[in-house]
Amino acid sequence: MLHSLNARAALLSLVLLLIVLGVWHAATLSPAGTPTVAPQPLTPEQIEYAKLMGKDPSADAAAAPAKSGFPTLAQMASAATKHLSQPFYDNGPNDKGLGLQLAHSLARVALGYGLAALIAIPLGFVIGMSPLVYRALDPFIQVLKPISPLAWMPLALYTIKDSSISGVFVIFICSIWPMLINTAFGVANVRREWLNVARTLEVRPLRRAFEVVLPAAAPTILTGMRISMGIAWLVIVAAEMLVGGTGIGYFVWNEWNNLSLPNVIFAILVIGVVGMALDALFARLQKAVTYVE
Amino acid sequence: MSSEPAFLQVEALAKRFAGATEPVFDEVNFSVAQGEFVCIIGHSGCGKTTILNVLAGLDTASAGHVFMDQREVAGPSLERGVVFQGHALMPWLSVRSNIAFAVRSKWPDWNRAQVQEHVERYVAMVGLSAAIDQKPSQLSGGMKQRVGIARAFAIQPRMLLLDEPFGALDALTRGTIQDELLRICAETHQTVFMITHDVDEAILLADRILLMSNGPQARVAEIVRNTMPRARMRATLHHDPQYYRIRNHLVDFLVSRSAGLAHGRAPAQPPEVSPGLHDEPPPADPRPQPVPLRRIA
Repeated sequence: MLHSLNARAALLSLVLLLIVLGVWHAATLSPAGTPTVAPQPLTPEQIEYAKLMGKDPSADAAAAPAKSGFPTLAQMASAATKHLSQPFYDNGPNDKGLGLQLAHSLARVALGYGLAALIAIPLGFVIGMSPLVYRALDPFIQVLKPISPLAWMPLALYTIKDSSISGVFVIFICSIWPMLINTAFGVANVRREWLNVARTLEVRPLRRAFEVVLPAAAPTILTGMRISMGIAWLVIVAAEMLVGGTGIGYFVWNEWNNLSLPNVIFAILVIGVVGMALDALFARLQKAVTYVE
Repeated sequence: MSSEPAFLQVEALAKRFAGATEPVFDEVNFSVAQGEFVCIIGHSGCGKTTILNVLAGLDTASAGHVFMDQREVAGPSLERGVVFQGHALMPWLSVRSNIAFAVRSKWPDWNRAQVQEHVERYVAMVGLSAAIDQKPSQLSGGMKQRVGIARAFAIQPRMLLLDEPFGALDALTRGTIQDELLRICAETHQTVFMITHDVDEAILLADRILLMSNGPQARVAEIVRNTMPRARMRATLHHDPQYYRIRNHLVDFLVSRSAGLAHGRAPAQPPEVSPGLHDEPPPADPRPQPVPLRRIA
């Protein structure tokens, strides 16, 4: 059974996971002696302050140590079951299901990314086809490319005056560059002999673009699209933390303000899994257009 | 040659690359008759591929003219099919689609069935029917080159240009494909201009062999008429004493004479020679008359 490399790798992964969970469990286990040690006795001022904030220190005292510490595995499991059993509930602006928040984030990414693809791929084609345009636009691209997408946020908020659309704009601006550069590179580097074949066959420009250049450059273009999607998914979380309202990034920030670490950790895991799924989707697309020379 | 203009006429062709003091070649003059198979031999760097690209319309000469059927060649055309050195098949298309791409370029208004029927005929011609739905990466080097040949023949060009098509193949494969090319050309009476480095290949395939002097300022220094009978067989070729006379003449030229003819010392109008027949009356034209183009039915 353990002869195949895959099976052995899977087993090793499982062992590593168990080790991580074990360390987590051991680290969050309340040591036998400590619970009896009462939390730092509160000064009268602190008690006064807590009462002003609507909390009664004497009632909270029992639950306090567990609540302020890093969540245990059991708390994680209950948070996970809570979210997974009710992903789409909507109890108002600050209490929405995780699935609903994810849907908001994915919709923003899809919109910004889709717009970027609509512009970057045709523009990349033109840049790749024309050495003149390539050189003319190169300085702009080189300056705009390294700008952190979030640096655009104030400008976007000022001009667009809508936080949600600003988020979409940030996704747009961060995902356009890898697609643009890869498309231009792929188009500019189509093998000369394939173009010569098209020339000797008197293939018209439009047909040449779709039947020779596009399939020849498709693997490079898809690589750019995959990189862009990765960046877009990284950026949406940060953007939503800034603009607030909805989305998985906002959810993380909101739960941090609620000091609900189990929710934060679960949301982090969900972000990772969704990012992995998006990447796997693009890997599959990439495989579909890749050819062996 | 007859006095009427040849099918393909090359006049005073020259190519100078920017920054070079001497042109790679200049004063290149030759002609190709309809139905004729012409090979060009010369050392690397004498500009053979550039000449072929100019004939194809893929490159432009610095000076001189190329006329096909008395019309100047000014750009690529479906009338001239090219078989590229490195097969140049599109790797994302199957053999069928690669050839169909060419066929649809030539006859855009054909329907699907017509295209497929035509493609299958030409794939069968090079003996690849079994591999018709494979991708080029699944084929051997010889098979890929066959597909390249089938693609060039499929558009039924008036002239076929081959840029050292068998250079990358092993000797056995090369022999088989040479036989195939010989058979197909005999069937179709295709006009062919071919670059080769292989003296034996030239004698097997060509009616006339253009010998180029070395560059820079290379020229077509001599035209050798192949006096062997047209129905040549690779298996029996080397039993004919005439074969060695031609072969020795070609090898002598490449080994000892071509270097001395560099820098424009070769004549601009190359003499036509028939090695081994110097003492005999000039031979009758081995190809009696230009044969009208006929295609495989």
